[in-house]
Amino acid sequence: MSELFDLPSDLQNSYLGLVGLHLREALIPVLVGLLVALPVAQLCVRVRWLYAPVLWVTTVLYAIPSLAFFVILIDYTGLSELTVMIPLAVYSLVVLVPAIVDGVRSVPQETLAAATAMGFGPVRRYVQVQLPIAAPAIIAGLRVASVSSVSLVSVGMLIGNEGALGNLLNSGLTYNQPRLIWLSVVGTAVLALLVDAALIGLRVLLTPWMPRATRRNKVRALTVKEAVR
Amino acid sequence: MIRIDSVTKRYPDGTVAVDRLSLEIPDRSITVLVGPSGCGKTTTLRMINRMVEPSEGTILIDGVDSRQQPVNTLRRSMGYVIQNAGLFQHRTILDNIATVPRMLGWGKEKSRARARELMERVGLDGTLAKRYPYQLSGGQQQRVGVARALAADPPVLLMDEPFSAVDPVVRKGLQDELLRIQDELGKTIVFVTHDIDEAVKLGTTVAVLRTGGKLAQFAPPAELLSRPADDFVEDFLGADRGIRRLSFFPAAGLELLTTPVVAVDATAERIAEAGAADTPYLLVTDADGRPLGWSEPRDLTAGAITADRLLPYGRPFVAGTDSLRSALDCAVLSPTGWAVAVDASGRATGVVSQQVIAEAIRGAHARIGADAARDADTEPDDGKARKVAP
Repeated sequence: MSELFDLPSDLQNSYLGLVGLHLREALIPVLVGLLVALPVAQLCVRVRWLYAPVLWVTTVLYAIPSLAFFVILIDYTGLSELTVMIPLAVYSLVVLVPAIVDGVRSVPQETLAAATAMGFGPVRRYVQVQLPIAAPAIIAGLRVASVSSVSLVSVGMLIGNEGALGNLLNSGLTYNQPRLIWLSVVGTAVLALLVDAALIGLRVLLTPWMPRATRRNKVRALTVKEAVR
Repeated sequence: MIRIDSVTKRYPDGTVAVDRLSLEIPDRSITVLVGPSGCGKTTTLRMINRMVEPSEGTILIDGVDSRQQPVNTLRRSMGYVIQNAGLFQHRTILDNIATVPRMLGWGKEKSRARARELMERVGLDGTLAKRYPYQLSGGQQQRVGVARALAADPPVLLMDEPFSAVDPVVRKGLQDELLRIQDELGKTIVFVTHDIDEAVKLGTTVAVLRTGGKLAQFAPPAELLSRPADDFVEDFLGADRGIRRLSFFPAAGLELLTTPVVAVDATAERIAEAGAADTPYLLVTDADGRPLGWSEPRDLTAGAITADRLLPYGRPFVAGTDSLRSALDCAVLSPTGWAVAVDASGRATGVVSQQVIAEAIRGAHARIGADAARDADTEPDDGKARKVAP
């Protein structure tokens, strides 16, 4: 069994080590993307006409191939993790900005009016009312951004072994070892699914106030069980 | 007292929402702003707590310009109830109600205890405390909205079409509840609605606004119905204002006949005596005195009266508390043209004919006319028209 996960020494890492590296390189950019997207989205909500140009800019940035990004960034950040993570953070904006804007805009007018009438200032209203109600939409955006980021990290192998599980794929091709290729591809897919599941869990935890279809399904499953009994 | 002093709201595009409006909103009563859409009623309400800033004019709260205190302090001193309740969907019912107390720095426990107390006051079951808004019906949510507005015990309550999104039955329940709460708490309530029936039912005083934000009439509902200021108000009041006006005249003064009321087990002498009352019909009651139905005197034989051969009586009115509108409605509903009066426990206290009700209405009109003539000579009346259950 342990042989299954044995890696060539030139990777200088264990399989779990690569998984950890992969997670870090994928998720830190999403987190940074979220921190950038929050104020940008808030600006877009407040200054309506900004939203269209901002969306346009994030889309254009998303259209830049990562390779081109790397070429530019290598001059500044070298052959490092940072060179991989910066493009990923920029890419995440294309999903996160609209997710947050739509989420914040989905807060009903009367809820906002009620908050204002109760003496909520703009900051308190944003933090205590708009953000929590936008949470499901924001987390939905995070899911897409994270999964795509997990899959994108692999291209980091192009700039000298910064692709984590992507490096493994490269090794598999170089040494003609299908086992390594499988380890890389399946590992990446499983990682993406686990990250997605974790974010779903986070949403369930954060939004007990949401009418949940799954809860209804559970009830239905129970009734079916009882009917069978 | 809230005093709106020649306030105008003009938007940058030139639209005038409110045009030199002046109103004095008396303390501890319900003042209703009513009018068609675009009459500036919601804008007026929102200028009171400065969610909208007036372009001209001032609003004085107990003699002090509303702009003299920080805007959020002002808002926290006024409860606000909005259409669809506007609850915080991410907070429990209890935490929704405790919002303003928490902001004012009451402790968590004190705020929640207060919230529980308010749930009871607005008729919400305590078991709902830990629920979220989506688990409540529209009517329940609106009760939470009222409780939330009352949480910090503000002297003023601003209500913006609070009941217009719920069905008529629930709405009536909420209106009755509001009147009951107001009886207990005596808040200064400013209530916006587009529904003239709601305005007449709830208002101590009603301000009718016309499109363009001009005040058309400011009067107690009874006066509004009897003396609309102009064609616009008359039109807005609707076709049956004459009938609705009768809601304000108590039925208590009606002279009830008791002779034509016979119990189902009445003796032959009693039936003969009742028949001699010279009314076309006799009301038959059960042994407890509850009305069963009408019968012609000659169809009644002592000991052989059966309920299924009686004419239906429609529905009765409560003599002590109902209005002339109720009494007239009962008489019209009854196939015999006579209304049945009952006491609070449902026992028949007498019968009255349409003619007698009509005379009572004429009498009430005459009194109003005399009052109006007197008012024209002296001060305008103090707006204390007594309201009777419709």
